[in-house]
Amino acid sequence: MSTLEQKLARGDFVVTAEMPAIDSGGYPEIHRQLAPMKAYLDAVNATDNTAAHAHASPLAVAIALRDSGMEPIMQLVCRDRNRLALQSDIVGAAMHGIENLSCLTGDDVTAGDEPEARRVFDLDSPQLIAVARSLAEGRYLSGRVLDPAPRLFIGAVENPGAPPFEYRADRALKKAVAGASFLQLQICFKPEYLERFMRAAHGNGLVGRTALLPSILIVRSALALRFVDEKVPGIEVPAETIARVEAAADQQHECFEVACELAAHAMSQPGVRGLHLISFRQDAGIAKLCTRLGIPPRAEREAHGHSPAVAV
Amino acid sequence: MGALERIEHAVKGPVWGCQMCGQCVLHSTGLTCPMNCPKTLRNGPCGGVRADGGCEVKPEMRCVWLKGYERSRRLPLWQDHFNDLRPPVDNQLEGSSSWKNLVTGRDRQTPRGWADEAGGHVDA
Repeated sequence: MSTLEQKLARGDFVVTAEMPAIDSGGYPEIHRQLAPMKAYLDAVNATDNTAAHAHASPLAVAIALRDSGMEPIMQLVCRDRNRLALQSDIVGAAMHGIENLSCLTGDDVTAGDEPEARRVFDLDSPQLIAVARSLAEGRYLSGRVLDPAPRLFIGAVENPGAPPFEYRADRALKKAVAGASFLQLQICFKPEYLERFMRAAHGNGLVGRTALLPSILIVRSALALRFVDEKVPGIEVPAETIARVEAAADQQHECFEVACELAAHAMSQPGVRGLHLISFRQDAGIAKLCTRLGIPPRAEREAHGHSPAVAV
Repeated sequence: MGALERIEHAVKGPVWGCQMCGQCVLHSTGLTCPMNCPKTLRNGPCGGVRADGGCEVKPEMRCVWLKGYERSRRLPLWQDHFNDLRPPVDNQLEGSSSWKNLVTGRDRQTPRGWADEAGGHVDA
């Protein structure tokens, strides 16, 4: 059983983060990216061609993370691989002891730097989750037996901040029924959307079935917020948030304050089981955010247990 | 394309933008054809739907699944089917008549490793 699965089963508060995209430089590059955040994290996402840009494969990065003493979550998107390739990557990952998966639809090829590429989407994300569960139960989608069955801990993503808002918790429940045990929620700059999602997640029974981990984005300027608002599919940054950062004497500081407020709000929502942190740059932002929120380093939490007390 | 396929496409093409996937799920998707989603998603909207309801890929087009969701809420029938976990598309059926596949049951054949609705597996 992966330690992420054990911690979530025990009810521990967990902190995951996104590994910045890796292109080259080998293990030293992995270590360099990991160093400033490593102490605080329970697991790290090996991302799958984020924003439809080619990078080192999530399977390769997941293995490197594991070799570096960090528990990986292997992301898989439906954009670049058909059902055969997705299954072979999951089974291949399990062979290397990588159990945690995060199954996503994925941004379209038009979001990336090779928009002329063929988009695949042979499966959609709920189908990918169901296929992963089938593998964990000892069979390929075809029904062909896998013996012994690979051990997997299946997760996915849902976006509380995209229309149709009133349907998002039901879509998340569909993923839970398909086999997702945890959901990393997309970055959401509007607290009222997350609240609405969490209310619905209590109402439809989602909270009792899956661990919900809202994502928090740490950036350093109003320009970066504007970029996210305009270029990242499914994320809306309110104009007043951008204006607030623009008006600040120290934009980096103000961005950090915004992230702290959103994180504290997310942690105050009943049913939230941890946070997923995303920082585009390799810097001390993630460690600083955890310190500010009163989240101790991983070793300390593992030794003493931790229930977060929110104070910002 | 045979006569049946031509008739089906003549009827469903102009009304629903039918793509002749051969495994029609229109009743469960608010009478909105999911094969018009640029990602051909069968199980609801992706996370890229724009704030104004536009499609991530084609901003000028309203998200197919947003339309499907809204229409499904207005239908007197099949509302609950919207949340069904629809199986992966059988690409062998592309271009064939979904009417014929419905009658023969071919459109309900899924791979043996596919879970049924209750979450268990159907053994062939």
